[in-house]
Amino acid sequence: MRDEERARLVVSSAAEGALSVKDRMAIEPFDMPSQEPDERIKNMDEVALGYTEIIARAEAERCLNCKNKPCIQGCPVKIDIPLFIEKIREKDYQGSLRVINRDSLLPSICGRVCPQENQCQKYCTLGKALKSVDKAVQIGRLERFVADINSSNMILPEIKEPSGKKVAIVGSGPAAISCAADLRKEGHEVVIFEALHKTGGVLSYGIPEFRLPKRLVDREFEKLDMMGVKIEKNVLVGRTISIKQLMEDEHFDAVFVASGAGLPRFMGIKGENSVGVFSANEYLTRSNLMKAYDKEKSHTPIFIAHRVAVLGGGNVAMDAARTALRLGAETVDIVYRRTRSEMPARKEEVSHAVEEGCNILELSQPVEIKSDESGKVSSLVIRKCRLGEVDQSGRRSPVEIEGSDYERSYDAVIVAIGNASNPLIKMTTDEIEVNRKGNFIVNEETNETSMRNVYAGGDIVLGAATVILAMGQGRKAASAINKRLCSEG
Amino acid sequence: MYRILKKERLSAEVFRYTLYAPLIAKRRKAGQFVVVQQGGDYSERIPLTIADADEKEGNIKIVFQTVGEGTHMLARLEEGDVIENVLGPLGKPTHIEKVGKVICVGGGVGVAPLYPIAKAFKEAGNEVRIIIGARNKDLILEEEEMKALDPELIVTTDDGSAGRKALVTEPLEELLKEKADLVVAIGPAVMMKFCTKVSEKYGTKVLVSLNTIMIDGTGMCGGCRVSIGGETKFVCVDGPEFDGSLVDWDNMMKRARTFSDYEKEKHHKCHIDMQIEEGLA
Repeated sequence: MRDEERARLVVSSAAEGALSVKDRMAIEPFDMPSQEPDERIKNMDEVALGYTEIIARAEAERCLNCKNKPCIQGCPVKIDIPLFIEKIREKDYQGSLRVINRDSLLPSICGRVCPQENQCQKYCTLGKALKSVDKAVQIGRLERFVADINSSNMILPEIKEPSGKKVAIVGSGPAAISCAADLRKEGHEVVIFEALHKTGGVLSYGIPEFRLPKRLVDREFEKLDMMGVKIEKNVLVGRTISIKQLMEDEHFDAVFVASGAGLPRFMGIKGENSVGVFSANEYLTRSNLMKAYDKEKSHTPIFIAHRVAVLGGGNVAMDAARTALRLGAETVDIVYRRTRSEMPARKEEVSHAVEEGCNILELSQPVEIKSDESGKVSSLVIRKCRLGEVDQSGRRSPVEIEGSDYERSYDAVIVAIGNASNPLIKMTTDEIEVNRKGNFIVNEETNETSMRNVYAGGDIVLGAATVILAMGQGRKAASAINKRLCSEG
Repeated sequence: MYRILKKERLSAEVFRYTLYAPLIAKRRKAGQFVVVQQGGDYSERIPLTIADADEKEGNIKIVFQTVGEGTHMLARLEEGDVIENVLGPLGKPTHIEKVGKVICVGGGVGVAPLYPIAKAFKEAGNEVRIIIGARNKDLILEEEEMKALDPELIVTTDDGSAGRKALVTEPLEELLKEKADLVVAIGPAVMMKFCTKVSEKYGTKVLVSLNTIMIDGTGMCGGCRVSIGGETKFVCVDGPEFDGSLVDWDNMMKRARTFSDYEKEKHHKCHIDMQIEEGLA
């Protein structure tokens, strides 16, 4: 409760108009209340509990409302951050949400899963002045607060008169959601085609409940439904129907492809097809989408393992490792070829994983998976590495040390070294040009592909990226599609 | 929502449902499958072959054996009930062309997926010979349908209760001796493995349809991966059909048992909870 008292003090001195810039700079950032590590690993509930109203108001007082607002430049969709924070100070939470909604439709999701330390908060003047990004204004936490406090009243945008145009959207992840909403607002008929039995893409099958409660995702689809966006599940574009058929037979005027980067990469090492080796996608899909963590109710099994190795250092690796712990693993090792400071995962997720008891094996390159006579994983052969020269990614590259191999015993290995774009649409649509990695090549201004009136955005264009970048692409494509449809009359 | 128009019991543990699914009926080709999820948050996704389809009526047929919790629950549905989610058609269609003489071998419930493929080869002008096998007389499926394609249909059973008392590989070898251009084998992994061995002996190309663990069926998880000629392939998008002589059968069979403890326990529990007699669905 110390934070609450401190917050009350800040808010009351602010009310007296007594906060100078220097005073504001002296306020320490407010931590996010969260479940204790030994408690939270026994459940799937959300770890971070969110700011209380008083804490949010106090954190909002830290914003210096600086003239050049660099934070906005750091946000991929350019939310007017100082303005929504000012509305929190004024206790006008609905007004604050309206400011965010002008540019972002998913604040409850982005506030939770955006890597703010590399985006808005990285550019915060306060963080720069205090020489630590950790001391920046906690913009993500404030965004989440605004979304959550308004959760009981759904604000729907105005929908224009029917335009007589039809747009098909392939996929129902973040890029699709934002594109669908923007197009529907303009009065177009919008139909989302989703292959799985549940909408939301990575928000549903990838990111675990303890980081992103699924009720928040469901709510976004309720909103789209109320706006009149149609959703067709169980349609795999490329098999159930092709892009060409959508346009020629079903008479869609435009198509937006947002099918994501769902193809799991494997290491290509010996033993990778042993029993007990899973892609993180499979492991997380079983747990999140199929609810296998709820062992009483779910009919989908999940592999019971005591010693788990997770290969990789991104957010997906952290999600898989933390899920394995919650499913009862005794030890979980995160095997990463560089060091902790080069990990692409969010800092917060890495420290959550460590707090919960995951070990990080740094400078470790898996070279072989060994199995017993029944084909089950028994151990992992790991080669030690050292850090070499800085590579293209701007990080020091791992260099394998010959002769340093050693074995550690495991009964499950989860491969989380990244995803590539799903090749199915490309396989069945020759007209669409892709790059060497299989990502769709689009016009940077409009997100149109090499096939006329077919647009694409999100991970299918960017490769595995972030939720907010996908949303930004969805909006850009929506605006280009709208322009094209209007000019065609 | 996909309504069950017709429910037929083909044997003690095998059912055939006719589902109303016009879009799938229109697009599907021989060799393709669907993924079925009964509905709600907790039911599993089950891959099942499209055994037949009627484009005009807008329906497809699926055949399944009650082996686990999901299939037992499916078996409790009645005509008029609905399945919430049916995704398809999935997988690559069988490459059908005129090759000459095709021997189609089906084992157990594998006879159901074999039917549309045998039919398509026949329609493409091939001479089609069919062998179907099962453990016993009660488990022989679709004998009449198959006879319509091949009047000289060969039936085998392990116990001799119907047709020849033999494994399917025995008549297969006899037919191969007379020369054939292609073998298509669908059934339990071990049966497909031995059909492959026999066909290789006579230098005849053999196509098999793999039935691995699957979750999404769209290529996003790799749960269905197999090693084909040393390369990892996903059965759901690269298959389900492969050249039998390139399949790493031992690895595939081991992977198929990944959840066998769980399934055994659940199967037992199904029979108790649903008050189903052992051996009966």
